[in-house]
Amino acid sequence: MSSQSTLHRTGVQIPTFSEGLSVNSWAGGVLLTALLLSLPVLVVLASVFYPSADIWRHLTETVLADYVTNSILLMLGVGAGTLILGVGPAWLVTLCRFPGDRILEWALLLPMAMPAYIIAYTYTGLFDFAGPAQSFLRAWFGWSHGDYWFPQIRSLGGAVAMISLVLYPYVYLLSRAAFIEQSVCVLEVGRTLGCGPWRSFTRLALPLARPAIIAGISLVLMEALSDYGTVQYFGVATFTTGIYRTWFGLGNSVAAAQLSACLMMFVLSLVLLERYSRKQARYHHTSTRYRPIPERSLHGLGAVLAISACIVPVALGFMLPVGQLMIWALRSGEALVNRDFFMLVGHSVTLAASATVLALALALFMAYGKRLYPSAPAEFAVRLAGMGYAVPGVVIAVGVMLPFGWLDNTVDAWLRTTVGISSGLLFSGTLFALLFAYMVRFLALSLNTVEAGLSKIKPVMDDAGRSFGLTPRTVLRKVHMPIMRGSLFTALLLVFVDVLKELPATLVLRPYNFNTLAVRTFELANDERLVDAAGPAFAIVLVGLLPVIVLSLSISRSRPGHEARP
Amino acid sequence: MAFHLSRIPSSLLHGLVLSAVFLVSVPPVTAEEVNVYSARQEALIKPILDQFTAQTGITVNLLTGEADTLLPRLQIEGPNSPADVFLTEDAGRLYRAKAAGVLQGIQSETLEHAIPHTYRDPEGYWYGLSLRARVIVYSKERVRPEDLTTYEALADPKWKPRVCVRSSSNIYNQSLVASLIAHDGAAETEDWARGLVTNFARPPQGGDQDQIKAVAAGQCDVALVNTYYLARMLNAEEEADRDAASKVAVFWPNQAGRGVHVNVSGAGITRSAKHREEAIRLLEFLASDEGQAWYAEHNQEYPVTGTVAPSATLREWGEFVPDTLNLSVLGENNAGAVRLMDRAGWK
Repeated sequence: MSSQSTLHRTGVQIPTFSEGLSVNSWAGGVLLTALLLSLPVLVVLASVFYPSADIWRHLTETVLADYVTNSILLMLGVGAGTLILGVGPAWLVTLCRFPGDRILEWALLLPMAMPAYIIAYTYTGLFDFAGPAQSFLRAWFGWSHGDYWFPQIRSLGGAVAMISLVLYPYVYLLSRAAFIEQSVCVLEVGRTLGCGPWRSFTRLALPLARPAIIAGISLVLMEALSDYGTVQYFGVATFTTGIYRTWFGLGNSVAAAQLSACLMMFVLSLVLLERYSRKQARYHHTSTRYRPIPERSLHGLGAVLAISACIVPVALGFMLPVGQLMIWALRSGEALVNRDFFMLVGHSVTLAASATVLALALALFMAYGKRLYPSAPAEFAVRLAGMGYAVPGVVIAVGVMLPFGWLDNTVDAWLRTTVGISSGLLFSGTLFALLFAYMVRFLALSLNTVEAGLSKIKPVMDDAGRSFGLTPRTVLRKVHMPIMRGSLFTALLLVFVDVLKELPATLVLRPYNFNTLAVRTFELANDERLVDAAGPAFAIVLVGLLPVIVLSLSISRSRPGHEARP
Repeated sequence: MAFHLSRIPSSLLHGLVLSAVFLVSVPPVTAEEVNVYSARQEALIKPILDQFTAQTGITVNLLTGEADTLLPRLQIEGPNSPADVFLTEDAGRLYRAKAAGVLQGIQSETLEHAIPHTYRDPEGYWYGLSLRARVIVYSKERVRPEDLTTYEALADPKWKPRVCVRSSSNIYNQSLVASLIAHDGAAETEDWARGLVTNFARPPQGGDQDQIKAVAAGQCDVALVNTYYLARMLNAEEEADRDAASKVAVFWPNQAGRGVHVNVSGAGITRSAKHREEAIRLLEFLASDEGQAWYAEHNQEYPVTGTVAPSATLREWGEFVPDTLNLSVLGENNAGAVRLMDRAGWK
């Protein structure tokens, strides 16, 4: 790597004894939190110790090969798709000027508000054999079935397209934040060494943004692997649909958990592989001199190409499906706005907001604790807790229910025998259990983002702060947080939008008489009432848009040195 | 930032403790209520539950969800589960709930009198509340009804590649295959499934309405679907749906033999029920003429009791001979059916 010389090789400092109890309580707190959050994952992993040879023989003889191939192809396809759709536009809107770039800069985030299962419904509605697009072609040209070729929307390729279109903003968001944070000096040194714009992108900016791009891609891959709604609707047999089928169809929860364990092991090995390939390289900047990025103005063909590269993802991932949703919502007999509707919005927003704040606090606590007091067990526990993101929501839900249910019933039984009162279910079926599940599922989102932000801050900064006698916490608050503002906002946004869209765990764990927009959408769509489902689906997109836009604006203002901190 | 990170560990702890205090459930104290776990979605069940409340003064608390995941929740919550009633579609699922030990058998003369014995559990663990048939729909343009006879005949090579059906992950298909295993035996059913798979016009995908639309659009000529989906499309507000539905017709298979495969949506009283009497009253209400009429009119399902007329759309399709196999058998054969379809390559 030609940029090797700019990379600062260093370890992280060792805590001193003078820090006394706070060292241990922070490090211990990280370990404890991580272990608590990995409990559901461990419950699932524990399943490998139960024998279920018979069912495995059946699976390997029949469907397992399909699950593995389809999952891997889905992962590769979505990885490539989001890389192309995400990184290119991020570079273009950050370093080039062309007509509409200021609008596209935030518009590129819009598909993020669109749940994958909903975009799948709309595309199927539009482009399926019986849909308006193909019907129009048949009527226009007088074709009938078999006379022409049209891409099969409900297929593995279709699933790759749908999932890529709504997940690329993760890659876009993180790589854009990385490009914005990059020191111009590196790029300028590149130019003096004779790199053209293309070479300075591929040889300098891209490798330097690697932690952020990798963080984005790994989030995308984990989410793609745990997707159930889209692949199920498209009839693509992946690990996730296999888990459902084995569990509920074959009635074998042990084998289903073992399939989940395989999936987790696979993801874990990918994560480790990436860490190993990165080895000891660090990606923070050696210069603290920031100034506005010199922007290239594009004209003519260049501008047209740039605009197309940025507009295609927005059009396909947002405008088209939202247009279809609006048409459906207007046609639907269900009144979109009624008494119920505001309650659904209220529930969805409250849940998402609480989960977001909690996830950010936990991520900062854990990521910074790891930076200050690195230890192998804590590192492992944090990785394990982050695995939840790759596990299908319903498996997490059961992983959460089992320990809570056990605790509730044990406490109840104990109270009955000792004092003769019944405590009933204390945690099961409460919002607490649901929020806990969200943490298990989405901690990886905020954690990866915060870690990517932290990894770009030189340890020298920590040392400088500490040499002024600041405590580690004050260093975090006064030094790191302002620098990482962009990453923190990103973490907030990712979790908020994802909780808003989350379905399986919410469906299983929520309390009585408590519905959300996602639940309502699913119920109607599951009953094959897509037109009626469009209303709540549209509302999910609308509610998700607000934070996407607000946070997008603040990220573009977060470049260090670009503007004084408020 | 709004919160002080210098105090993260302690404030986090406070936050968690506070949330725990506020979020843990409070044991119910009111007397006249009944708690329902429903795999039927809110829109399909809430109105009739509201009618029940209006008539009896018993409050109904509702938790909707997927049957497949409500069952594990019931199991894990165990003896302390607040649920009194478990409502779901498909006898296969009702059987699973019984086998999982979350239901209790109840005796109710009203229910036993109203509901034919094939549509309820022999020991009273669950009762069917609405009936649907899984029929063959065919293109009015391209298929003559004389060419159709039985489910079994759909495996005939003359239907290659003309058949549309959804995924074998779907319980309706699992139950249909379970009934075939009961009547024809496992080996013969597996051969049948292989034959059917080779006749598929496209890989299984979408729901039942998508199969109807595919037949209407000419992608396939016949499909296997539940009756209420077609009835609903015929009465849809969407012109495109009504159009598609009008291009297909219902064929009642196996009328010369055992009859068409039927299934129920139904309910059982949970083992942990703390409002057992109220729960029984709710089931009796759903099986009453008033409840049955609601199912018929709003969900386009056949009444299970036979004392109420089906909807106008359903009446147009005429009478049919239903399969009299006890629906418990569908549950018993379920896992075998799934394995069989795996082996046959039915995705």
